[in-house]
Amino acid sequence: MSAYAADVAALARKDLLLEIRSRDTLPAMLLFVVSALTVFHFALPEGSSERAETGLLWIAIVFTALLGLARAFAAEREQGVLDGLVLAPSDRSAIWLGKTIGVTVFLVLAELVALPAFALFFHPLSWELVAAVALANLGIAAIGTLLAAMAAASRARELLLPLLFLPLVIPVVIGGVGASVASNPGSFLAFLGLYDAVFAILCWASFEYVITE
Amino acid sequence: MIRARKLSKRFGDKRVLEGLELEVPRGGFVLVTGPNGSGKTTLLRLCAGLYAPTDGELEVDAPRGSIGFLGHEPLVYRELTPLENLDLYGRLYRLPERRERAGAMLERFGLWRARNERVATFSRGMLQRLALSRAFLHDPDLLLLDEPFDGLDADGAELLHAELAERSGATALVATHDPEALASRATARLALA
Amino acid sequence: MVGFALAFYWAPEDADQGFSQKIFYLHVPIALTAYACFGWGAWKALRLLWIGERRYDLESYTAIHMGVIFGLLTLVTGSIWAKVSWGVWWSWGERQLVLFLILFLFYSSYFMLRFSTEPGPRRERNSAVYALFGVVLIPVSFLAVRIAGTILHPTIFTHEGADLPGEMLAAFCVCLAGMLSLAGALYLVELSGKRIDASLRELKELLA
Repeated sequence: MSAYAADVAALARKDLLLEIRSRDTLPAMLLFVVSALTVFHFALPEGSSERAETGLLWIAIVFTALLGLARAFAAEREQGVLDGLVLAPSDRSAIWLGKTIGVTVFLVLAELVALPAFALFFHPLSWELVAAVALANLGIAAIGTLLAAMAAASRARELLLPLLFLPLVIPVVIGGVGASVASNPGSFLAFLGLYDAVFAILCWASFEYVITE
Repeated sequence: MIRARKLSKRFGDKRVLEGLELEVPRGGFVLVTGPNGSGKTTLLRLCAGLYAPTDGELEVDAPRGSIGFLGHEPLVYRELTPLENLDLYGRLYRLPERRERAGAMLERFGLWRARNERVATFSRGMLQRLALSRAFLHDPDLLLLDEPFDGLDADGAELLHAELAERSGATALVATHDPEALASRATARLALA
Repeated sequence: MVGFALAFYWAPEDADQGFSQKIFYLHVPIALTAYACFGWGAWKALRLLWIGERRYDLESYTAIHMGVIFGLLTLVTGSIWAKVSWGVWWSWGERQLVLFLILFLFYSSYFMLRFSTEPGPRRERNSAVYALFGVVLIPVSFLAVRIAGTILHPTIFTHEGADLPGEMLAAFCVCLAGMLSLAGALYLVELSGKRIDASLRELKELLA
């Protein structure tokens, strides 16, 4: 069991180290999310409700995540290194888990900029919204990582990832926006937790099949 | 250690291997020769477990952790240093004293001086040496090497010969364009059409 | 067999209470059949991953193809029903419709996945895993759309037909059985068509 954890840690560490070196994904995500929020300001006519603004925050998060996920397996793909990871004696699901942790970290870092920016541009945040974002991150990272690996096998991978991802992320948006604006955030947060648990297990169990020939 | 019966591999409509029979005993050193496209790489990748056969049987009596694979790609991260790359593989292969082993492998392939430079700066020959260090890092029992001399200069080739001499107990399946270089080691040859 | 299914399908046209109710006899069985197809496709996908026989890929794909066709029909009949009952072509408060929209998008992406991946074990496995995701998405989306009632448009419109007295229930069940048989028949037809294609291709390969 601890060997598995060590594998996951090694892989997550590797991704973070790569990002520190190459610095290509995270700055792009940060810039993207702030630009998106700016565009949203101009997209919202005068007198738009706070609820509409909150909804748009969630859209910004989803698309920023997509941006990050598009790069998730980029290093492995561009340099053909994935074989090296697949050959190792570790469980293939460790590759998924390590990568998902990396993606989650990137998302959190992007949100550390996005949420204050949102509060600045639009209106103050509620703790429910922050909790919802935290929960949503896990689900988004989990399915996004698996779908990124799936899309990597196809010819049209930049197109395919958003297509595969968006229908699956609709429940997350429902849960997230609901928790942010509804009067009973508890049930929405619980739903997000359920989504995370169910899909994380599914991804963890099925990653092996996606990554091998 | 490796046994293949009627092994076939097809990619869509393209038939790369058809009805291959192969037996490599423990300790054997088999050279695989053949023109481009004859399936040498495919055979090695099948034995490594990177491909699954389309038809037929393939038995490889070695756990993943004791297979040393060298393919066309060096399988290293370009933005990391050799030490960092080998450290990662050392962790994944659960090697004790991985830092010492990584250092030792780099020395054996003459890369010690470049141990802290980003792999992206490496020449073709250095990449190949690093790939070999990676392949041999965990003292594999089964060596699957695809064109191991590719890109190596005379020094590099000598280092590889020395390394192979030290590992004479291992089983090996080696694809090569230049069988004479390894003829002295070979216990058998397989020619693919 | 297809004729048999069609006979069942047309029978309950008699037991009607106006056009709106008639659509119900079509719409709900079509929806349930679509669910059945997706479930069947997911089951075949699971078999593919477990057992690894290649024929499961074709079976899973065909089942999902059927599911998408029936899903589209669900959306269309649902939309017609909405127009007839309440005068709008679409309503976000109509949970069944919204759920099917999500599923339709999801399974359409399934086809994009298949189109843009080279045929082979990779495509088979990816499709199978995605099909499993789909079947998990069904209850998750159902729950999501349900709790979303407060934040999406509220369900202003309610519809009758929630409880069915005796003979209407019988007619409904006949319709459902007919729809499932229709789906089953089309599934078998399409599957054998695809199998013939595959065999032809293999023959061509061997002769080449």
